Amino acid sequence: MASHSHNTDEFAHTGEIPKAQTKIIWKTFFILVAITAVEFAFAFFMDPGTLRNAIFIGLTLFKAFYIVAEFMHLKHETKGLIWAILVPTVLLVWLLVALLVEGTFYGESVFNYFK
Amino acid sequence: MSQTTTFEQPNTGTWDGGNEPFKVSYGKLMMWFFLLSDAFTFAAFLTTYGLARHRHQAYEGAHDAFTFSTQWWPIPDKVFNAFPGFHGVDWPLAFVALMTMILILSSVTMVLAVEAGHRMDKNDVQKWLLWTILFGSMFLGCQAWEWTHFISGTEEGMKLADGSVIHGANLIVNQYGPPLFADLFFFITGFHGTHVFSGVVLLILIFFNTVNGVYHRRGHYEMVEKVGLYWHFVDLVWVFVFTFFYLV
Repeated sequence: MASHSHNTDEFAHTGEIPKAQTKIIWKTFFILVAITAVEFAFAFFMDPGTLRNAIFIGLTLFKAFYIVAEFMHLKHETKGLIWAILVPTVLLVWLLVALLVEGTFYGESVFNYFK
Repeated sequence: MSQTTTFEQPNTGTWDGGNEPFKVSYGKLMMWFFLLSDAFTFAAFLTTYGLARHRHQAYEGAHDAFTFSTQWWPIPDKVFNAFPGFHGVDWPLAFVALMTMILILSSVTMVLAVEAGHRMDKNDVQKWLLWTILFGSMFLGCQAWEWTHFISGTEEGMKLADGSVIHGANLIVNQYGPPLFADLFFFITGFHGTHVFSGVVLLILIFFNTVNGVYHRRGHYEMVEKVGLYWHFVDLVWVFVFTFFYLV
C-alpha cells in the first residue's frame, strides 16, 4: 500500500492503470491467520487459567494492531489523527478494566451482604 | 450532464476551513470518530459480559466431565462444537474458526478494493467489492446457522431437578447454563451481525456506484475507503468478540 496518498490526478486522464501493490496486504493477512491458529493451539493444548487468558488477550491486541495499523491504514496517517484515535481508546480500555474490577468487588459485597 | 460540473468553490483560508491538520477529508475523519463511538458501545457489551461472568461460578471439574448446568458458566468449546452436516460430532470451535477465516478474508478483499481505487482501476474495484460482498454474506449465513443451532439446541438438552428437560435457548431459559449466557450471546453476536449486515448493504450500494462510474467521474474512490474503514472495524470487533466469547 505504498501509493495511498492522493496522487490519483497523475493518471486519471491518461487511462493507464499502474500495477497493484498487494505484497503488504497479503503479508498482513498471513500474520492474522497465523495468530488465529496460535490462539486455537492454546485453546486446545493449554489448561484454562489466568495465564492462558492473558495470552489470548495479548494475541488479540496484536491482531487488533495489525488490522487498525495496516488494513485501516492508521499507521500511515498523521501523528495528530493517530493520537486522536489512540488516546480515547486507551482511556476506554482503562474504563473497561476499572468497571470490571470495581464492579466485581461491588457485586460480591452486595451479594454477601444479603446472603 | 457535463463532465466538469463546478461545485461551490471551497474556502481556502486557514480560518474558514481551508486547513486540514489531519490530512484526511471531513468524511473520513468523521468515519473514524463514528467508529470510536461504536467502540464505546461494544466496550459496554464486553464489560457487561465480564461482570455477568464474574458473578457466576466457574466450572471447576475435569474438562471431559463437563455437563450443562445453571450452577456454573459454560465452557465455550462445549457449547459451540457443532458443524453443519456433521450432526452429533464434537468439533469444538471448528465452525467459529471458519467464520473467523471468512471475515479476515473479507477484510483482505476490502483492502484490495481500496488499493485498486487508489489506482483508479474500476474493474479491480468491482471485482474485489464483489468478493467482499460474497464473504460478508457467507459470514451472515454462518451466523444464521449458528443462531439456529443455538436456539434449537442438542438432543440431550439439560435435565432439571424436577426431571424435565430443556432443549436449546431463548432469552429466559437455556440448556447451556445461566440464562444470562444466552442473553449475552444473542445481544453481542446479534449486534455484531447487525453491523455486518449494514456493512454488506453499504458494500452493495458502493458496488452499484462503482459499476455506474460515479466514483470514476468524481475522480477518486474515497467512498470505497470510508466503507472499507467501517468494514475493517466490523472485523476488529469480531476479533474481540471471538476472544472474549469463544476462547476465554
